Amino acid sequence: MSTVELSIAAPEARKAGNWLLVATVILLCIWVLLPIYLLIVNALSSPEEVTAFPKRFFPSFDFGSLSFFINFAGVARALWNSVLVATLTMLLSIGFGAPAGYALSRFEFPGKETFRFLVLMTRAFPLPLLALPLAVMFIRTGLDDTAIGLALVHTTLALPFAVLITFSLFSGIPVELEEAAWTLGCTRLQAFRKIILPLALPGIAASAVFAFTISWNEVFAAAVLTIENRTLTAFLLQSLGESPLYLKFAGGAALVIPALIFIFTVRKYLFAMWGIANR
Amino acid sequence: MHGKALPYLLLTPATLFLCVFFLYPFALVAFEAFTRDGGFTLDNFRTMTSSWKFPVTVRNTLLLSAVVVPIQLVMALLMATMVSRLAAGRSAALYIFAIPLGISDLAAGLIWLAIFDQSGFLNTLLSNLGVIDRPVMFLGYQSKLTIFIAVALAEIWRATAIMMVILVAGMGLIPREYYEAAEVFGASPWKRFIKITLPLLRPSLQTAIILRVILAFEVFAVVAALGGTNLPVLMGETYNWQFTLQDRNVAAAMALFILAISIGFTLFFLRVLRVPKEARI
Repeated sequence: MSTVELSIAAPEARKAGNWLLVATVILLCIWVLLPIYLLIVNALSSPEEVTAFPKRFFPSFDFGSLSFFINFAGVARALWNSVLVATLTMLLSIGFGAPAGYALSRFEFPGKETFRFLVLMTRAFPLPLLALPLAVMFIRTGLDDTAIGLALVHTTLALPFAVLITFSLFSGIPVELEEAAWTLGCTRLQAFRKIILPLALPGIAASAVFAFTISWNEVFAAAVLTIENRTLTAFLLQSLGESPLYLKFAGGAALVIPALIFIFTVRKYLFAMWGIANR
Repeated sequence: MHGKALPYLLLTPATLFLCVFFLYPFALVAFEAFTRDGGFTLDNFRTMTSSWKFPVTVRNTLLLSAVVVPIQLVMALLMATMVSRLAAGRSAALYIFAIPLGISDLAAGLIWLAIFDQSGFLNTLLSNLGVIDRPVMFLGYQSKLTIFIAVALAEIWRATAIMMVILVAGMGLIPREYYEAAEVFGASPWKRFIKITLPLLRPSLQTAIILRVILAFEVFAVVAALGGTNLPVLMGETYNWQFTLQDRNVAAAMALFILAISIGFTLFFLRVLRVPKEARI
């Protein structure tokens, strides 16, 4: 029973343990935040400062790098393409995923397990590789180098999440609410629109943001499937070889900052979503 | 509209979509890998394996995964357990730990380029400390080891969050009573972690490891940003076959190879970390 005495009779040791705990957590936070800070420092320095040595650890708030980046040929278009593809991905994955999630949460029917298996199976495959065979199919169907073509591939990445997240969202809303609406004369559609949808909407919005982020960040499929209409990731990847450092860092910051905002807006749902989606 | 047809109607769009854009491309990629000019052949695989780069890419990718994933697992477990014992600021710490989840692998590569570049922050720090006289070339073609370390650090930095989030969600499912009982019987925190947390966390550990290993085999943009062609990996070589060498069939063979090792490792971890039905919470 010595351990009992230890944990009860040693407030000193416990206090030291607490300090260690807090210090480790702070250290881990620094490990996550410091690299992002350093990228931002570079993005907010002039091109000369970025390539200079030694470097300053504080930004000079010179917008030279950023304005060079924005005015660089192809960047504005790449940004626009990224937004377009991500928006389409968001609409497609919620549009296809939410009905499926609702069906899984409300009905028992033969074939349900098969569908769940199909959705879960997507998680065991390196999906971006799909872009390779699809490149040919897209050329035949005229979808090559279009925003919608790339959005379709990104949707295969985002759809499984959308299905599983909306499934758990709808499962969390008592079916009795819906049944009460039916007995009061609502049709199924009305009951869904007036009762379920308002309750599920914040969660659906969060998973939409999630789908947007998945597409915004994807590199491989974007680089394979686009030539003229490159997204920001594809543009940055393909100009890695020749672009100057300050262009890379400004581009990196342009990728990171929207992503940080997305993550912040869905922070409440982050853990619930990942926890559910990976059960 | 009535009962029986409705669920199928709701599932149809998603099912059709997955058939056309998930199952069909996989059939297609397998078909392309095993054919050339319309006939069945294993030539694509022969071309793939006889390239001098192939053993190097396989070795780099597997070595990178073998280094990165265990470190991430330990860090993710550390983050998850620490956060659960934190008295205040728990949600803030969780949010900060989760930030890399939203960051693209390409951006992560560029972030660590800012550190490891010749005029980067690491060189500045070292020269300020007087360790070096002039900037060291960490990412040159002669410094394969530092490139490897930089890529590994960037991967650890970027993708630990995904494991951490899965583990935090899993820990939330473990009933508090188990810990209380263990405490009554005098189990130390370490003992509680080994005897309660780890065994009950097995389903989450399994998904976290499988997901992370598959993602590790897909490493691409981080390497492209930090190492260029100095550290060839599987996905980068696939991209090369498709574009630089313009050989779709060999690229398909590469894709199938990555797929095969991904499935192989998935099955391996499903088996090794098997959770008996009656042992689930």
